[in-house]
Amino acid sequence: MTLTQLWFVIIAFLWLGYFVLEGFDFGVGILLPYVGRDETDRRVAINTIGPVWDGNEVWLIVAGASIFAAFPEWYATLFSGFYLPLLLILLALIGRGVAFEYRGKRDDARWRARWDFAIVAGSALPALLWGVAFGNIVRGVPLDARHEFVGNLATLLNPYALLFGVTTLALFTTHGAMFLALKTHGPVRDRARRAALRVGPVAALAAVCFLAWTQVRTGTLLSGLLAAGAAVALLLGLAATLPAGRLGPLSGRDGVAFAGTAAATGLAVASLFAAIYPDVLPAVDPAHSLTITNASATGYTLRVMSWVALAFTPFVLAYQTWSYWVFRRRLGRHDIAEAAE
Amino acid sequence: MDTLELARWQFGVTTVYHFLFVPLTIGLSFLVAGMQTAWVRTGGERWYRLTRFYGKLFLINFAMGVVTGIVQEFQFGMNWSDYSRFVGDVFGAPLAIEGLLAFFLESTFLGLWIFGWGRLPKRVHLACIWLAAVGTALSAYFILAANSFMQHPVGYHINPATHRAELTDFWAVMTNSTNLVTFPHTLAASFLTGGGLLAAVAFWHLRTRGRDDEQHVAFRSAARVGTVTVLIAAVALAVTGDIQGKIMTEQQPMKMAAAEALYDTEQPASFSIVTVGSLDGKHEVYAIKVPRLLSFLATGSFDGKVQGINNIQAEYQKLYGPGSYTPIIPVTYWSFRLMIGLGMLAALVAIIALWALRRGRTPRSRILYLLIVALPLLPLAANSFGWIFTEMGRQPWLVFGQLRTADGVSPAVSGGEVLTSLIAFAALYGILAVVEAGLLLRAIRGGLDTAAAPPEPGDGEHPVAFAY
Repeated sequence: MTLTQLWFVIIAFLWLGYFVLEGFDFGVGILLPYVGRDETDRRVAINTIGPVWDGNEVWLIVAGASIFAAFPEWYATLFSGFYLPLLLILLALIGRGVAFEYRGKRDDARWRARWDFAIVAGSALPALLWGVAFGNIVRGVPLDARHEFVGNLATLLNPYALLFGVTTLALFTTHGAMFLALKTHGPVRDRARRAALRVGPVAALAAVCFLAWTQVRTGTLLSGLLAAGAAVALLLGLAATLPAGRLGPLSGRDGVAFAGTAAATGLAVASLFAAIYPDVLPAVDPAHSLTITNASATGYTLRVMSWVALAFTPFVLAYQTWSYWVFRRRLGRHDIAEAAE
Repeated sequence: MDTLELARWQFGVTTVYHFLFVPLTIGLSFLVAGMQTAWVRTGGERWYRLTRFYGKLFLINFAMGVVTGIVQEFQFGMNWSDYSRFVGDVFGAPLAIEGLLAFFLESTFLGLWIFGWGRLPKRVHLACIWLAAVGTALSAYFILAANSFMQHPVGYHINPATHRAELTDFWAVMTNSTNLVTFPHTLAASFLTGGGLLAAVAFWHLRTRGRDDEQHVAFRSAARVGTVTVLIAAVALAVTGDIQGKIMTEQQPMKMAAAEALYDTEQPASFSIVTVGSLDGKHEVYAIKVPRLLSFLATGSFDGKVQGINNIQAEYQKLYGPGSYTPIIPVTYWSFRLMIGLGMLAALVAIIALWALRRGRTPRSRILYLLIVALPLLPLAANSFGWIFTEMGRQPWLVFGQLRTADGVSPAVSGGEVLTSLIAFAALYGILAVVEAGLLLRAIRGGLDTAAAPPEPGDGEHPVAFAY
């Protein structure tokens, strides 16, 4: 494997990690008004992701910076070309991040309602727009010979990319519902499972359509296998959400359900990266495409980065896993009530 | 305004805003960690209460630093794509390493700290805030290494085929002499800011609460810690700033000349505290000058020769071709003075504050309190002017001697797009500033929470940890 191939895989892994992790905390944010009918339930929901959402978001920072470091041309074209969607994502992430920290800092219903709106909108918008952005990456965008983006906003709002936007929105919502079902008990858990069964089929349908469409357009054997894996994982996850006993030993198991949407998200992202390889950003005119070769940094930079990644990634994965372990317990209404006393 | 000017304004506005929160985050994270250490080691309950109280202020501030930081990383690609193409091979690595080494550490262990009260063993919980603090400092190191490359490019060569910078020596970029002095300078500024906030809040409580108040003793300790921190930081700032001035004179002589508005080479050169210039900024009408001081600041010798703007301009035209290589002089002149002046004023206020606390006294003067309560504002403003000085003083360069700012902007982005994002960020940042200030004041007024007992170690699932 060459260094550019290695960094293609690392960057795919970083986006995969980002979507699997922040995917469920987007979902929790989107479902906040549905699972949280009163203040206590909303606090139960938010506290399930409280200790981890910020660490999840760092995956995005590292993914973005790794593109910058390993494929500067890709970074430059992508970020300047997808200007307005990225602007909206940034505004949403700002509002949402501040909302988590600030909503509980004043005991005032109107204050909290405003922040709740920021959480819902700030979670739904990126969940949709990341799909649109990635749909466009896979579809290919108009680039000129200097690799500058020559389209406009309308170019990015095509049916293919929008379908993936709907897919990620529905998939992350389902993923968040599975997470809530796994991490809570009581009414929040019941509603989360209901939400999973309602949104899950939409996510499955959209995902199957999108992945099939991708397979027809630019698919390879590998991307097809990964896509099929994603579909199977999602269906297994949904089956596990059904009330216990409905489908033998599989159903009624929150852990399996969550693992199902996590695997579905991860495999879908992997499938898309497999579909564009060796391009990193295909162009409408293939001669202008950015590839792992023409977009990459020098061998020296990639070597330095590889050593750093090799030395430190194990620690990062270890302590992030540990933080999930520390907060593994399910939360319920009585936890919040006790805290309020 | 065209895309370039709008993009520059956007970078200036979002960066100065982001850097209001960063030094407070760095300074307070270490100070809170220190207070928690005092609690764990001595068992003194006032340190626990202070940790929780200042921890809350720290978190209100931290949230803003985090969310405004994401914008910074995206902005290079969004508004400055030609810059990103030119410098990506060198500049991307420290950014990626910052994320991997610093941001993960900071965010994960801060999450553990916020939600881990009473859930984690005492010492493990203490280690979490220290690791988060180390993360904030590491982050500063890597991002300043990236910035130092723009001030003083090292460890690279220009690929003759692509005309782009390529990394040849990563270690040289990491140990750039510019960064080795800028990092401690920035760290010291962070402690000046964090210590200033610590002290100001404590003095405000000392004034509003009588001697018999149960919180009096705690805030007395905080006031002392804060003022001493400010003083030590001020000394460190002066020392590192002095070295920085000499390195700058060597590496970016135009910036030093612009800091003094020194048009013609002088030996020895005097430093003006205030200058009133003619309206076009070309001649001075009145000035208060300290003879030979600029020579000392720039070269370390009172007889040193300091190059003037006109001489350097002529030299650069020969070197880099026709064009102006002079930054906007009133901006560099005044931001340089305000940075130094406001920082020194903060140190002066801290000396007065410490004097007022001597031998168990509590100050009574209302003017003194007003002065001390303004303490954190001085370093905040000084920080901003420091960055404005060092970035504006580098102009017209984006990467000194290699890439002009005008050549770094994104060709694919329209002025309308940049204007849209500038307005959107300015509006959102404006609202959030008001919200944040309101929350901070509210939390400050609330004082210490003296009701709840400190969580006991091994107290498995203490409910106090549900922070949201």
